[in-house]
Amino acid sequence: MFGLEKQDSRLLIVVAILTMCAPFILNPFPAESALAQFNAGYPDLMQRFVIFGIFAIGFNILFGLTGYLSFGHAAFLGIGSYSAVWMFKLLSYNVVPALILSVITAGLFAVVIGYISLRRSGIYFSILTLAFAQMSYNMAYSVLTPLTNGETGLQVYSNDPQYLKGDGPDVTHLFGFEMRAASELNIGGWTFDFSIGYYLSALIMLASFYLAIRIFRSPFGLMLRAIKANQTRLNYTGISTRPYTLAAFVISGMYAGLAGGLLACMDPLAGAERMQWTASGEVVLMTILGGVGTLLGPILGAGFIKYAENIFSKINENVLHSWFSFLPDGLESAVVWFFARFVGEGWHMTLGLMFMLIVIFLPGGLIEGGQRIGRLFKGKSASNNPPAE
Amino acid sequence: MGILDIKDVGKRFGGLQALSNVNLSVHENTVHAIIGPNGAGKSTLLNCLIGKLIPDTGSVMFAGESVLGRSAHEINQMGISRVFQTPEIFGDLTVMENMMIPIFAKRDGAFELAAIKSFMSQKDIVEKAEEMLVDMNMADKRHMHAAAMSRGDKRRLEIGMCLSQEPRLLLLDEPTAGMARADTNNTIDLLKQIKAERDITIAIIEHDMHVVFSLADRITVLAQGTPLVEDTPEKIKGHPKVKEAYLGEAH
Ligand SMILES: Nc1ncnc2c1ncn2[C@@H]1O[C@H](COP(=O)(O)OP(=O)(O)OP(=O)(O)O)[C@@H](O)[C@H]1O
Ligand SMILES: [Mg+2]
Repeated sequence: MFGLEKQDSRLLIVVAILTMCAPFILNPFPAESALAQFNAGYPDLMQRFVIFGIFAIGFNILFGLTGYLSFGHAAFLGIGSYSAVWMFKLLSYNVVPALILSVITAGLFAVVIGYISLRRSGIYFSILTLAFAQMSYNMAYSVLTPLTNGETGLQVYSNDPQYLKGDGPDVTHLFGFEMRAASELNIGGWTFDFSIGYYLSALIMLASFYLAIRIFRSPFGLMLRAIKANQTRLNYTGISTRPYTLAAFVISGMYAGLAGGLLACMDPLAGAERMQWTASGEVVLMTILGGVGTLLGPILGAGFIKYAENIFSKINENVLHSWFSFLPDGLESAVVWFFARFVGEGWHMTLGLMFMLIVIFLPGGLIEGGQRIGRLFKGKSASNNPPAE
Repeated sequence: MGILDIKDVGKRFGGLQALSNVNLSVHENTVHAIIGPNGAGKSTLLNCLIGKLIPDTGSVMFAGESVLGRSAHEINQMGISRVFQTPEIFGDLTVMENMMIPIFAKRDGAFELAAIKSFMSQKDIVEKAEEMLVDMNMADKRHMHAAAMSRGDKRRLEIGMCLSQEPRLLLLDEPTAGMARADTNNTIDLLKQIKAERDITIAIIEHDMHVVFSLADRITVLAQGTPLVEDTPEKIKGHPKVKEAYLGEAH
């Protein structure tokens, strides 16, 4: 199907079904129940799942295939967002030109940053990319304020030209379909939300995923994996590795730009904090958590982190008190104090712990975890049958 | 004039003169062995041929063109392939993928942005790789991770990868080092077969005299960075200088 091998088509179809049905799947608890806080099926969060999924899919093309670990990819995310908002300011709230410009600008920046950073490999490459991202972040607050609007963040004002707006809507839209438009479906106690914004992002993610599969299976992808496996051998095999790594860097930068653009399409505001090193680190974590170099891993990792972030940062001391109210008073406050370090603002601590556990016990990430569980089941069913040999 | 002409090559590492006044010509369609004790500078000499090292003095001409100052991939594209002292293969990739990469490099050149079509759908490349694996007697291992193979198999794969590019000059750095006797004999047979079946020039570094004398047309003895003598295997065997400098040693 679509020029994919059977196995890859199956994977694509499964991912497509899951993303299309996400509003159902992610809302397993009735809206009024106590467990409803663990639901994730509302547009804002689902959009973040798929948008960061795009970011991580692209990052994995660089890091997963070539092994070059960029610590500055959030710069492209931010550049994508700024470009999109500029399109809103200058043309109209239509997302198409915004997304196109996001991808192009991020790609151009990636050519420059990649060209310089890829002169080094290993830790030096990582540090160079980190330095570039921090430079972009600082410049967004200083010399580039005419372009970025500094700390206020770039947004659309009523006196912006919007040359192509005409009588189009005053919110982001796709040829008239507003991103925030949503319909709600109530079945029994359950509520399901379907928003244009989510479905647009999800379709774009599926297209990105499809493209990533094609890249993985192409001669280009093979060369990228060869770079990771043994760059020396590749050089002595007649391959010039630099253009390959640069192409991978630019492609992953464009993916990041697309994700940044989409973020702005969902909420037409761009701030420099999107380019901060923590954001660059986050996509690294997503990819490693999910499974570096696997097709599905980055999407899982992105979903996992964004979901955990949502849950853990929502819990505060009041919630904890209500959970532990059965404990004697002194003990309760001690327990609550302890757990409060890991939730709300402290959620990064939890993220760090989860990351450590996964890297130590599941170096292949969630994908490896899934495979191990799969093997466990297979092993059991195999031992029920008499051995074949 | 040979296909490879090395003139007055010298290379210094800090206080160590690793190579000095190396003059050597390798003639087309011959097997030229370079022997010498440990640390004689044999690997260093090969490194100067493939762009890994740049000699301090002298010139290296391949098929009438200088290789000095060219990068590794350019030198390979000129028609020189090298097998390393410790096998350099793509450990994380399958044997089949390992074999396909050099064929892609030969067909598409140093860079080609072919990111859409699947590499397994490229019939010509797949066929050639399969053929090569059969030649190398490792068709049954095609789905294996290259890193999981025995040293002998890795070496055979590496030789196969180099041969698949149909190089004009094949450089072998101790292809049998660290191999069991059976593997060594297999490798000798393989190299003999290559020599018989293909138009290829081979420069081989080897410690194992059995290998050298059964393969080489000419032998250069290198000692302390300088060629001592160059002659046919028969003459080298009885040469007093060689006995003293090299054959007298443990090997
Ligand atoms: N990159 C380097 N930097 C410094 N010294 C080097 C380097 N490469 C080789 N040498 C030194 O140069 C000398 C020649 O080394 P080379 O590896 O060429 O010897 P060889 O003839 O291949 O020996 P062997 O039979 O052990 O492989 C040795 O003394 C070695 O220590
Ligand atoms: Mg050596």
